[in-house]
Amino acid sequence: MKVTDIVEKLGLNVFSGHEGLGREVTGGYVSDLLSDVMGHAESGDLWLTIQTHRNVMAIASLKDISAVIITSGEKPGDDTIAQSNQEGIPVLGTELSTFELAGRLYSLLN
Amino acid sequence: MTFEYKVQGGDFTHAGYASSQVKKMLKQLDVDNVVIKRVVVCLYEAEVNIVAHAWDGVISIVLETDTIFMKLTDNGPGIPNIEQAMQRGFSTASHEVREMGFGAGMGLPNISANADKFLITSEPGKGTTVEITINLNSTAV
Ligand SMILES: Nc1ncnc2c1ncn2[C@@H]1O[C@H](COP(=O)(O)OP(=O)(O)O)[C@@H](O)[C@H]1O
Ligand SMILES: [Mg+2]
Repeated sequence: MKVTDIVEKLGLNVFSGHEGLGREVTGGYVSDLLSDVMGHAESGDLWLTIQTHRNVMAIASLKDISAVIITSGEKPGDDTIAQSNQEGIPVLGTELSTFELAGRLYSLLN
Repeated sequence: MTFEYKVQGGDFTHAGYASSQVKKMLKQLDVDNVVIKRVVVCLYEAEVNIVAHAWDGVISIVLETDTIFMKLTDNGPGIPNIEQAMQRGFSTASHEVREMGFGAGMGLPNISANADKFLITSEPGKGTTVEITINLNSTAV
């Protein structure tokens, strides 16, 4: 499944990184602790978080995350958006909580 | 080949720069992806530790045909008890740093899990040196 399919099926906002909407999604990871993501996320994962600062993009890029989904209606910072566009890794958003989104995403991917 | 990067304490906007440069370089050299990932985890965590805990530092990368050696030397408060610092969950990070999602006390354990050789030496009040070696042609940790 591609990022764009997930956007469509779950009604997500696309804040930035449109170039990367064709990236392949192979799984998901949920965490707001950056070292946890660093240590455990797999490449191709969607990353669900409420963190909005630009270090999220540095990690997403280093780990080859397919896209970042910011939950609970939080918005990415300007420098996060800029880096997302530069890396071509989408930053998506939802009003849903991480719990609700993860549930829907899990059934979609499995 | 030897490369050097400077790291400024407190400068979270550039945290991860060296890691991303090294990742690109290893990709160009066609190093196995699993190995690149381990290098990236180690270097990022060690780099962020300088940003989060020290004043300034230098990263030197020595790339040879079959190994990468990464040495991070900082001026900073040092680590009074390395054994304690190595424990999962131990962190002295500030409240602000924790709010950003850093400071979970998982950095050094992440390095230890991904490095082939890992050595920390520290002089309290002066600084810390972290030395990490990873074999480039084996995927096993
Ligand atoms: N370069 C460093 N200079 C000073 N203290 C450090 C350094 N690296 C690590 N430490 C100490 O070791 C602790 C654990 O490090 P780490 O496992 O990376 O967790 P975290 O960075 O999330 O606190 C830090 O909280 C800090 O007290
Ligand atoms: Mg750390």
